[in-house]
Amino acid sequence: MTKVIEVNNLTKSYRGATAVDSVSLAIEENGIYGLLGRNGAGKTTLMKLVAGHELASTGEISVYGASPFENSAVLANMAFIRESLRYSENYKIGHVLKAAKIAFANWDDAFAQSLVDKFQIPRKRLVRKLSRGQLSAVGVVVGLAARAPITILDEPYIGMDAVARKHFYDILLADYIKHPRTIVLSTHLIDEVADLLEHVFVIDQGRIILDANTEDLRGSAAVIEGSTESVDDAVAGFVILESQTIGTQKRVVAQGLKAEDAARLQSAGLAVKPATLQQLIISQTNMDSSEKVEVA
Amino acid sequence: MDESGRPIFLQLAEQLENQIISDQFEEESQVPSINELATFHSINPATALKAINQLVDDATLYKKRGIGMFVNAGAKQALITKHSQKFRAEFVEPLIIEARKLGITSQEIIQMLGKESF
Repeated sequence: MTKVIEVNNLTKSYRGATAVDSVSLAIEENGIYGLLGRNGAGKTTLMKLVAGHELASTGEISVYGASPFENSAVLANMAFIRESLRYSENYKIGHVLKAAKIAFANWDDAFAQSLVDKFQIPRKRLVRKLSRGQLSAVGVVVGLAARAPITILDEPYIGMDAVARKHFYDILLADYIKHPRTIVLSTHLIDEVADLLEHVFVIDQGRIILDANTEDLRGSAAVIEGSTESVDDAVAGFVILESQTIGTQKRVVAQGLKAEDAARLQSAGLAVKPATLQQLIISQTNMDSSEKVEVA
Repeated sequence: MDESGRPIFLQLAEQLENQIISDQFEEESQVPSINELATFHSINPATALKAINQLVDDATLYKKRGIGMFVNAGAKQALITKHSQKFRAEFVEPLIIEARKLGITSQEIIQMLGKESF
């Protein structure tokens, strides 16, 4: 596989506050990547750096082998849709699409028009008068119809209701299948998009704390529930990501269980379920790696 | 796919196996393409590919170049054997655990099963 984006030891600080902290990662051609993290974790800053909208404090970014900052050859291959895009005062959706057509080499105008209808974006209203959800839909239309080899979508669904978000996920997947490309989607709605993602990066306080194939992550941790005593016995030797107790009942999220371990615990009367991606990520985000408890 | 958190390719592979066992896909018939599976289940096509590859490795499916994926002759019987081996672990053992918890004896379970016709 060809690496299209490579980030090496990247740091971005604003007046002493470190938004992106020593990040290294690689993104290969044609895949849907998730950049997951809480609000303020550094998702947007990292995407701005990759898209060449900001200059790094230290470290390297390479997109198609070159630095993206003020590099029109690199940026011609990239669509970066931010959560808060601004449009000219007098623009209607038609003007936005005309401008996008000039900006993006692979622009598909018929597809763009069909998306405007699908998201029911009013054509006669000024873009600045659209609702928050409709404005996000404008970004989604531009981001998808651009068919850019690298498409970066930064929380593109803000203000969209559940129905519109489901539309967006379905259209994204269908269009990716027809026109494979590299898509990076940042989100904190992990459960909603988990099935679409081939690979996830989890960012927390500016650092990448998880970089893994999504399917490898699924089933790598389990939720174990039972009496405190039996749970403590059962999970000895596993990494415990999270632990809760109520009365004599205990629930832990444990990492590294194999199928035979799960079977053994179940026959000992414990409830064992694979942790969902969201449970796994939340339990990892809550604690620093130094706080992870290794049970003796 | 379901919300259990299990790897999706395993869920999908199992679902296709069950569809072969129940004759929804007969031997030598074509199964849906990777793109059709990805679209139907709203999953990444790489995940659907992983499920299909596993079934090809198990000789459940085979590929006709340029046409698609087909169910192998003999796949149904092989899957029935494989699933029967898991029957005890997946269905009988949880039954025993629950019965023990409730104080239901093995005699009572046999009586219950005797009333069912299958």
